[in-house]
Amino acid sequence: MLKLNLHSYFTRHIQVMLYSLGQLWRTPAATAMTVLVIGIALALPAGLYVLLKNVEQVSSQWDDASQISLFLQHKTPDVRGKQLAEQLLTWPDINAVYYQSAKDSLAEFRQLSGLDALLDTLPSNPLPPVIVIQPKLAPSENEALQSLVERLQNMQEVELAKLDMEWLQRLRTINETGERGISILAILLSLSVLLVIGNTIRLAILNRQTEIRVIKLVGGTNAFVRRPFLYTGFWYGLLGGAIAWLTLLLTLLFINGPVNRLAALYDSHFTLNWLSGQMFIALPLFGLLLGVLGAWLAVGRHLNDIEPT
Amino acid sequence: MIRFSEVYKRYPNQHEALSGLSFELDKGEMAFLTGHSGAGKSTLLKLIALIERSSHGQVWVNNQNLTRLPKWKVPYYRRKIGLVFQDHNLLHDRTVFDNVALPLIIAGENHREIGRRVRAALDKVGLLNKERSLPIALSGGEQQRVGIARAVVNRPPVLLADEPTGNLDPDLSREIMHLFEQFNQVGVTVFVASHDLELINRMGHRHITLHQGRLA
Repeated sequence: MLKLNLHSYFTRHIQVMLYSLGQLWRTPAATAMTVLVIGIALALPAGLYVLLKNVEQVSSQWDDASQISLFLQHKTPDVRGKQLAEQLLTWPDINAVYYQSAKDSLAEFRQLSGLDALLDTLPSNPLPPVIVIQPKLAPSENEALQSLVERLQNMQEVELAKLDMEWLQRLRTINETGERGISILAILLSLSVLLVIGNTIRLAILNRQTEIRVIKLVGGTNAFVRRPFLYTGFWYGLLGGAIAWLTLLLTLLFINGPVNRLAALYDSHFTLNWLSGQMFIALPLFGLLLGVLGAWLAVGRHLNDIEPT
Repeated sequence: MIRFSEVYKRYPNQHEALSGLSFELDKGEMAFLTGHSGAGKSTLLKLIALIERSSHGQVWVNNQNLTRLPKWKVPYYRRKIGLVFQDHNLLHDRTVFDNVALPLIIAGENHREIGRRVRAALDKVGLLNKERSLPIALSGGEQQRVGIARAVVNRPPVLLADEPTGNLDPDLSREIMHLFEQFNQVGVTVFVASHDLELINRMGHRHITLHQGRLA
């Protein structure tokens, strides 16, 4: 008996589910518009999220790129420079050092700049010897890094100690700001999806007042009346989420070519992270949740107002 | 089967529709509820169907005290009351079959049982050949018979009708009333509000007459 009841319970649910889908199908223009609004509202924060994730991915590649360039006094002889480098290597917060003599610096500059002829006219080498230091500290340990730079700066042979990572911090801060902005945008747009679905369901309820009254007169429970509207919300959300995912996919396809070319120009192995697998599940699921929730709120507000008289 | 005990009904606009009404209807009885417009006939039926609640006094139906029935139990209670209205209350966007099937779908009956019972009900009101029609394609008398089929399809012990022949000519009215008698003969308690005195006087049965919210 229970098995039979359960069976007819699920059959009923599937029937109502398909019935609501059929109802939406019968008004294709109105349905398409609602679904598109939902889709676009969901695609926007999702797209920005993908963008942000990609920027984060790029910047994380530079995580161990924080290095300190130690420009030594011009007159420092190579022997002293090398000695200094070896000495620095024993510091606990230094990971690796690389000594580059003034001569090597010039050679490198010659190669990179292509200013051979011009450099030949110079009376002497204008470049100082450099010690490039890779600290053991992560870029986030800002204070420790600053104090290391300070200690290095105070050494006798050092002309200038330069920590070259301010731009990385700025990028990270911009990222953080972006992340919060996107969160707020996502919340606002989710709220608008909720309102759109709620309003659509409200209109559907008003259109079917007579039907609801009759159902209540012949013994329909609130749950019975609510069910088709919840499934309507379910379909709106699911279809809206699918549209959002599709929009995102097409956008990424569209910009993928230029991004790859750009990466090639920067000699980078960067490829666009599509997140499409996650999004394929997350967007429709999220849309579906919003849809059911919006429908629930609308039905809850209006169902009790409609009683037989 | 139906018992009113000192029932008062006052609407929010202070209009007192029923004032200290007491009466009793036996199980399997058929009775007519008469009185002028505004005498409280509709209010009385609404109290039995729990569309309204009494302001004072108690209403018992099938040994159940309606005054104490919580709101969430109302739908399940209504499934045991067949309701027929003057304006039929049919859903015009679905077929006769689907209209009659509605109470069974709500009650969660299985597919085969629904088909069987809907056809039995339609057969009883003589509309078996119209199951695929939309209500709009039917005459007034036929629409009312669809309404009756829907009211009896889940075999309720009580059948209430509010002016079921209000819009019909005398011949059709007699036909409809005769249909109610048939249901009464198989044990259903039937309570029909009507001001068609000529017709109901000819039919016999008990009359409960209201005058300004009291028994006249």
